[in-house]
Parts: sequence; C-alpha cells; structure tokens
Amino acid sequence: MKEYIYLVPLFPLLGFLLIGFTWSRMPRKWVSIIGCTSVGLSTVLGFGAIIDWLLTMGSHHPFVKTLYVWLPLKTAVPLDIPFAFQLDALSALMVAFVTFVGFWIHIYSMGYMAHEEGYNRFFAYLNLFMFAMLTLVLADNFLLMFVGWEGVGLCSYLLIGFYYQEKWPADSGKKAFIVNRIGDFGFLVGIFFIATHFGTLRYEEVFAKLQADPGAYLGVAGIIALCLFVGATGKSAQLPLYVWLPDAMAGPTPVSALIHAATMVTAGVYMVARCNLFFRASPTAMAVVAVVGALTALFAASMGLAQTDIKKVLAYSTISQLGYMFLAAGVGAYAVAMFHVFTHAFFKACLFLGSGSLIHACHTNDIFEMGGLKKVMKTTHWTFLFSTLAIAGIPIWAGFFSKDAILASVFAFAQHHHGWAYLLYGLAAVTAFMTAFYMFRLYFIVFHGEYRGHGHPHESPRSMTLPLQVLGIGSLLVGLVGVPAVISHLFHVPNVIEKFLHPLTPEVEGLAETTFHLSDSMEWILIFGSILIACGGIALAWWLYKADPEWKRIKAFTAAFPRLHKTVFNKYYVDEFYDATAVGGTIKLSKASAAFDQGVIDGTVNGMRHATVGTSLLSGFFDLRVVDGAVNGLAWLNKFCGDLFRRVQTGVVQNYVFVFALGVFLSLGLYLLLK
Amino acid sequence: MDFVKTLPILSILTYLPLLGGLIIVFLNKENVKGVKAVATGISGLTFLLSIPLWFAYDHGASGQGIFQFIEKGSWIPSLGVNYHFGIDGIALLLILLTTLLSFISVYSSFTAIQNREKEYYSLLLLLETGMLGVFCSLDFFLFYLFWELMLVPMYFLIGVWGGPRKLYAAIKFFLYTLVGGVLMLLGILALYFYNTTGFLGFKGLGNPVSLDILHFHQIGAGIPAELQFWIFLAFFFGFAIKVPMFPFHTWLPDAHVEAPTAGSVILAGVLLKMGTYGFVRFSLPIFPEATWKLLPWMVALSLIAIVYGALVAMAQGDMKKLIANSSVSHLGFVTLGIFALNPKGLEGATLQMINHGISTGALFLLVGIIYERRHTRMMEEFGGLSHQMPNYAIYFMIIALSSMGLPAMNGFVGEFTILAGAFDRNWLWAAIGASGVILGAAYMLWMYQRVFYGKLENEKNKGLTDLTWREKWTLIPLVVLVFWIGLYPKPFFDRISQSVKYVVQIVDPGYYGSIGGK
Repeated sequence: MKEYIYLVPLFPLLGFLLIGFTWSRMPRKWVSIIGCTSVGLSTVLGFGAIIDWLLTMGSHHPFVKTLYVWLPLKTAVPLDIPFAFQLDALSALMVAFVTFVGFWIHIYSMGYMAHEEGYNRFFAYLNLFMFAMLTLVLADNFLLMFVGWEGVGLCSYLLIGFYYQEKWPADSGKKAFIVNRIGDFGFLVGIFFIATHFGTLRYEEVFAKLQADPGAYLGVAGIIALCLFVGATGKSAQLPLYVWLPDAMAGPTPVSALIHAATMVTAGVYMVARCNLFFRASPTAMAVVAVVGALTALFAASMGLAQTDIKKVLAYSTISQLGYMFLAAGVGAYAVAMFHVFTHAFFKACLFLGSGSLIHACHTNDIFEMGGLKKVMKTTHWTFLFSTLAIAGIPIWAGFFSKDAILASVFAFAQHHHGWAYLLYGLAAVTAFMTAFYMFRLYFIVFHGEYRGHGHPHESPRSMTLPLQVLGIGSLLVGLVGVPAVISHLFHVPNVIEKFLHPLTPEVEGLAETTFHLSDSMEWILIFGSILIACGGIALAWWLYKADPEWKRIKAFTAAFPRLHKTVFNKYYVDEFYDATAVGGTIKLSKASAAFDQGVIDGTVNGMRHATVGTSLLSGFFDLRVVDGAVNGLAWLNKFCGDLFRRVQTGVVQNYVFVFALGVFLSLGLYLLLK
Repeated sequence: MDFVKTLPILSILTYLPLLGGLIIVFLNKENVKGVKAVATGISGLTFLLSIPLWFAYDHGASGQGIFQFIEKGSWIPSLGVNYHFGIDGIALLLILLTTLLSFISVYSSFTAIQNREKEYYSLLLLLETGMLGVFCSLDFFLFYLFWELMLVPMYFLIGVWGGPRKLYAAIKFFLYTLVGGVLMLLGILALYFYNTTGFLGFKGLGNPVSLDILHFHQIGAGIPAELQFWIFLAFFFGFAIKVPMFPFHTWLPDAHVEAPTAGSVILAGVLLKMGTYGFVRFSLPIFPEATWKLLPWMVALSLIAIVYGALVAMAQGDMKKLIANSSVSHLGFVTLGIFALNPKGLEGATLQMINHGISTGALFLLVGIIYERRHTRMMEEFGGLSHQMPNYAIYFMIIALSSMGLPAMNGFVGEFTILAGAFDRNWLWAAIGASGVILGAAYMLWMYQRVFYGKLENEKNKGLTDLTWREKWTLIPLVVLVFWIGLYPKPFFDRISQSVKYVVQIVDPGYYGSIGGK
C-alpha cells in the first residue's frame, strides 16, 4: 500500500479539479460529498501506507516513491530534481494528523458554510490546500517541499480573502502572501546554497553527506540553517514576520482552524525539524531559533491578554505556541517540538472550531457580546473547556505533556551546556502563566456570567458538533503518546513519540546533541512547577472574571494603567510601525522610481527628440535661407541673364541675318582699320 | 513526423504568412469575413505546420549539428550572401511560440479591430513572416533583412490601430529600434571586413567573402579583444533596445499602452525575445572575450532591470503600463540568466523567454478583453469584477500567479533555473534577483485586488459580460502551457540543452573541460 503514497496528496487535488471545473454549477450536496470523500480517502490511504511501511520496513528506513524527473538542472554533476514522495517517521507523523484533523474540519465546514455564498469555491480551495500541505510534508526534496510551501501560501491567500468583497479580508490575504514571500525568499536562497554545496536537493542524499563528514560543511550549514529559518519565521509567524497571522483571521473560521492553527503554520517547525542536522552544525543558528521562539512566545502571549475578538485571542495564542515549538527546536529537542506540533493541532483546531460554533450562534466575534453560553451550547462548552485545559497545561490533557517536555528540555539544555538558557526557561514559564490566564479569561467571559448579546444562541448542527467532540477527546488523549521519563518509569508506559521520531535526529560526532537527561527529582520539581504556574494563571482569571461578576477589579486595573492597556490592546503598534517603514518605504521608492523613469530616463529620450527636432528646425531654416537661398539666388541670376538675353532671341530670321551681317561688317571694318 | 525533413519546411513556414497577406490584399475591402477567414486559416496552418518541427528536431545532435532543417544556396555570390536557413533548439522553441501567438493574435482581433481589417490582417501576417525569418536565418544579410522587415508592420499596427497617443508611440518605437538596427548593421559590416580585407588598421583574415553566421561562430574567438569590444557594443545596442534592458526601456510602456491588443501580445511575446535571442546567437558565441569583459555591466543592468522594473510597475495605475513594466523586470531575469554564462543560466533564460511570451502574452489578452468592454484600463475604474465576471477572474488569477513565479507553474521553473545558474557565479546576484520575486507578488496581487476584489460599485461595470467562448479559446492553450512547463518541463529542456551547450563551449571552453568533459 505504501507504493500508493502519492495518491495521498493526489486525491484532494482531484477533488479540487472536479469541484473547480464545474465551479458554481455543481449542487452543494455533491460538492460536500466530493470535498470530504477526497480527504477521507487520503486519510485512509495515508494511515494504510504508514502501517504498511512500518510493518514491512520499520520506522528507521524511509520509503521513497519517485514519480518522474521534474527539473533537470545542468550542473557539474547533473542535478535531476524529481517529483518524489518520502515516507519516514517525520512525514508519517505529519500525514497522520494533517489528514485526520483535515478530514474533521472538512466535515465541520459542511455545517459552518451551509448558508454562505461561494460554498463550492470554499471546498475547492480547501481541497487544494490539502493537496499542497500533503505535498509539503511528503516531498522527498527541498524543491518539492517549496512547491507545497508556496502552494499552502497561495491557498492561505485565497481563503483569507474568501470574503473578497470586504476590504479587510482582501487586504489581509495580500498581506499574508507578501509577508510569506519575504520568508520564502530566505528559503529559496537556502535551497541554492544546498544545491551548490551538496550537489543534490534530496533529503536523504544531503543529510547522508552531512553526516558522513560534518566538519566539511560546518560553515555553510549555519548559513543554510539561517536562510531556511527565515522561511520558517514567515510561514510559522515568528518575530519579526508574525504580523500576517492575526489578520489571517479574516478568513472563515474552519480555515483558521485548519490552516492558521493546526497544519500550515506548523510547516516551519516541520522544516526546522527536517533540517535539524543543519541547525545542529551551528550553535549560532540554534541560539537564534531558541531566542526568536522564546521571545515570540512571550510577546504574542502578552498581546493575547487584552484582545476582545475571540479569533484574535486564539491567533495570538497560536503564534505564542509556535514560539514554544521553535524554542524546543532551538535547544535541540526536535522530537519534543514535533510532539507539541502534534498535540497543538488537536486542541487548537478544537478551540477554533469551538469559536466558529460560538460565532455561528452569536453572529459576532466580540467576546463581550457573548457570555453565559455554558447552558445553551453544551457540546461546544465541554469541548472548548477540554481544549482550554489542554492549552493551559493541566494534566492529563494533551498540552500538559508537550509543554512540560519543552520546559524540561530548555531547563536541561541550560543545566548541561548554556547557563544563559535559564533565561529562556524563565520566558517560557512566564508565557505559560499568561497562556493559562488569557485562555481562561476567554473561557469565563464567554461561557459564564450572563448572556450579553442580542440574538438567541443555540447549539450548532450535528456536522459541527461531531468534529468538536472528536477533537475534544483528542485534546484529552493524544498527549499520552509522550509521557515524561519519570512517569514513564513509574507506570511502565513508553514515550511512544520520542521513540518513533528517534531516526529523525541521529547522533553525529561534531553536531549538537538532541537529548538531555534530568535527574528524577529535578523532573518532578519541574512538572509540579509547571502545574503550579498553569493553576496560578487560571486562578488569576477566575479571581478577575468569575469571582467578580461585575469585573470591577480588572476595570480598576485598566483604569490605573490606561497607557499600558492601550499599547497592548493595539498590539504595540507593530503594524503601524511596519506600515510606516517597510510598506511605506517600498511604496515611496516605487513612486520615486516611476517618477525617475518618467522624468529622467524618458525625459532624456524625449530631450534627445527635442534636440533632434530643434536641430532639424534650425537646419531647416539654414536650408531654406542659406542653402536654398544660394540655389534660388543662382536661379535668380540665371533668370536675370536669361531675361536680358531673351530680348535678343526674337525668333525673326531677318533680325538674325541683320545682326549677323552687321557683325561681319563691323569685324571686317575693324580688321581693315587696325591693319 | 520526419517527413518534414524532406521539405524546405522553414521556408514554407516563413513565407506562408506572407502569401496569406498577399491573398488578403487581393480580397475585396468589404469582404471582412473573407479577410478574417484567410488570416485565421493561414496563421492556423502555419502553427500546425510548425508542430512537426517539435518532433522531428533531433535533440541528441551536438556541435553545429544542432542546426537542423538546413536550407542553403548561393544568393549574392559577390557579397558572399547565402540563402541559409536552419534552426537549433532555442530557435525551435521561439518559432513554436511565434506561430502560436500569431495565431492567437489573429483570432483575438475579431471584435477588437473594426476598421481597415484588410490592411490590419495582412500586416499582422507580414509581421509573422518577419519574425519567423529572423529565427530561421543563419546568414547575416538574411537576418538583417528580416530584422528590419518586422519593424514596418509593427509601426503601422501601433500607428494606425493604436490608442490616443499612437503616433508618438509608433514613431518612438520605430526610431528607437531603427537606431539599434543601424548600430547592429555597423557591427555586421565590421565583421564582414574583418573576415576579408580588414579595416581601420585592423588586419583582416583574408578569407573569401562570407556573411555566414556559423562561420563567424568559428572565427569569433580569434578576433582581437579590442575589436571584439567595439563590435560587441554595436550589437549590444541593437539587442539591448529590443529586450529592452535598462535604461533603454522607456519606449516599451508607450508602445504597449498604445498598441492594439494583438500588437501588445506579439510585441511582448515575440519581439522582445529578438534581443535576448540575439545575445545568445551572436554576442556570446562571436565575442566571448568581450562578453567576459563586459559581464559585470550586463549583470548590473539585468539586476537593476529586475528590481527597478518591478518598482516602477508597482506605481502604475494603468494595467497595461503595469504589465509592460513587469516585462522589463522579467526580461531582466532572462538577461541575468544569459550572462550567468553557464548551462543552468542559459537554459533557464531560454525557457523563461518562452514563459514570458506565454504569461505576459496572456496578460495582455486579458487586459484587452476588459478594454474592449469598458474602453479603459485604469484600475481605479474597476473593483469587484470577481463577482460580475467569475470566469475572467479565474483565468486572470491563474496567469497572474504564473507571472509571479508560483511553483508548479511555468514562471517558477524558468526563474529557479536562472537563479540557480546566477548563484553559481555569485550568490549575491541570485539573492538580489530573487528579491524581485517578492516585488512581483506585491504588484500583481495589488493589481488583482484593485480590479477583482471589493464591491462592484462603479455603475459602468454592472453590465459587463463574462468571457465568450472565443475569448476562452485564446487563453486555454496558454493556460495548458503554463502547467505543462510548470509540471513537466523536461521535453523543453531536452530540446535546448545541446544548443546551450554549443554556446557555453564557445564562450567558456573551460567549463566542460574542468568537469571531465561531461
């Protein structure tokens, strides 16, 4: 079955083509069937292929299916870039959750989009996205990954701008695409470095060369790592390129769940994990990743504290969680980073779908126009609570395990090698506190207290609640695949995910290590520490928003620090800053270039024209007066002479004879006289 | 398909449109239907006849064997002029592009051109003859003849059927290219005399008179460096104006904006490629030493064109002007690839010539479609067209994406290969070039947003009709090519790789030697 791995991305593409070619003519029922079935088939086939691969080859040996040579590059050694798909531990993990979560979000969309215009367009784009995302994760070389990479960016653009008649979605889609392109620029340069220095773009060959002789590539590996990381900061919304993701919320909510939370935005983490050998060759690159991750986590979490739009809160929390993942990758804990990608996909998708259900019911994004929904929307409530507990890091929900593993890895990294990394641990701990706080702030405002809106909220249809239930239960359970070492020892349950991803990070002499060990006592301390932090955040949210139904305390606080509140509420004015500098600068430069083009370059050309025309006028004058004058003068002289002599030519023969005779006589007389 | 080898296929292809043009001249002026039928039939037939070349061309041949379908006969012996036709893989692809775009141009003009149809179509066909002749010629005399021949019909197409400032644009176009052509002629004469008697103190080779291009490929490397430099410059002006390279590009936006749609399609699709084709066919193989000497300048001009063209495009309010300036940027990629002087760069550049013809040709068709309906191209007049013209919006999106170089579409394959080639010479070249990709996304998406997104507020746009089938059929072949080249470019690379190798072997003989003759 693994031979058919290429069908996993192909089915959704087929779905896209079928829906796309008939566009608005196909009845909605058929669109739903095709759209969901294609992804369903991918899911089934994906799982089948993974199981088949595990049974026949084991997780240590990648399986590659080459379709054909896509791009033959003529270099010293011909570099044929194939269309080929690779199944290994990392791609298997990605395929598993992308298809699974993707399928349930497709189901959910049937209900959510039921009353929307452009239903067919929506499903076509969603299927196209699945194709691109699966190509991205299944590619066996960097260039094909780039195809998927830009492909998901395109779908993101199309889906953010789904309500294209409004200004905000259209602007946001464009913004997302262009910011991503800035990142892609780095990725592309990185690919050129790889192609030039390794003579191939296939993962297996590149990494085999790097493993065989890491010393030979130490310098360039760091450059490659940093170039690729620029790409990752674009796609995964990290500092300084995170600005597009909050605006990406302009798209329909299932899109936010699928693309801007569960799958696409984690592509950067996937890429860094995939290329971990490059990063491990350069301590600088690793430090950059870790620091950017930690700062983004904190920065984004702080912006989430004061948002009033439910989707914006979730968007900032996504950026923050992605920061966590990069932090883990930066300290060398790639398996842990991927573990958080995995658990995050479930609980964040569940949160977004939950928010979609709320928006569907209340017709608003503003959390202050919701409230008291615990009673009327039971399924939405418990699934939202589950995923909130998961993201806050409460045991035994999924987020607890992965977040704890990240904190422990950072701590161990600091303990073993780099004292400065304690600072990163500190940032991560503060972020964890904030996360628990703003998520429960959201929860208490939306589900507790009295309803503050104007409509009559009701529970969503079955097609929406079923995916919520599935993902809600997922948020509870999926963390169990990655229990911490101490618990693993205590209950004799293996850390499945770490074992499974082990082939991803081979130990290589000369490259940074990827596993650290903490003493059991230290690990217990950290576990209880993180539980305490999470509970602290929840308690604060409870104290401010639940125990104080009038919200007097928080109102007093914001009144006391109006400036601070305003700055955070306006997201530190980063967007305004970018608009004034990068965006404004480019537009000014573009206008200046156009003016230069018109004025100077074309001006010169026209100037030459004027000069030529001017000269020709002058020479025309000269021609007319001098040259022609001379000619005319000559003609005049001629005429004058002619007029003069014309009188002689009377045409009368007698005259001629007379003059002739006169001449003869005169000459003769003269002759005789002088002789 | 090998039967074409027994025919003088290149001559047939070249003169068939001319014949069509003559037939139209003898038709009655009132018989518009007949004129259109002949034009469509002949240009369609030319396209069909050019297809066998794709199959019959033997892309395994090497050396001067890459030039195939040779027709050679003495023409003016006293001057050494031969009637010498023949094409390599590069010319092959450009010929196919020309016949396809010419056919599409004729077919797309049915409703756009409402006066003097007879003259219009016969000039269009005459233009096709000129373009095909340039790509087929292997003799300087013949080449120059066709080169100048193209100028005349294009001048009239802009000057008679153009927009409000048509005369200004037509004369600008004509004079600009004429200057370039004359300088090139000087270069040709210099070569001619160098080959025989010598001139201005340069000692000649004393060979028998010849204007054979392949002959000059062989003796080019031996030309003294100083002479190479000057003749390179003479040719350079001819080609740089055609491409157009910065700073000789300002005739282009004017010509495009004023030209009728078909004129723009041909201009962008084929005429601009004359310059880049000239570099590959003449400048590199005949003046290798001068090429190396002037390389930094050529690359600098290319990089400026990429970034500057994109910036200027971004500031435009007129769709046609925007696309015209984007051409400057895209052609910058092509010249960058050419002057990377390695197989990747040159192959990418050749493919990108085709890609640009497809994508930009299609963009001009698309703008022409809306212009026909609204008689304006200003973006501020539009907005919300997605709602009113959904099919139009889809085609426009596909082509815009291809122009932006989205992977799995044609533009990406070309740009990636070019940048990979440039990277091998200097990573900074590639990095600067790649930044053009960001700007490309910015101006394209911004244009798309202003035209298609938002609410349909302008009353004049409310009655707009979506694409007709005829309009769709002008676009469909181009869309198919967009994805074909994007997903499976190998057949294209196969056909040009030996021709590129031929050029690289002359301009950089060490390249293949250094890697073991591979």
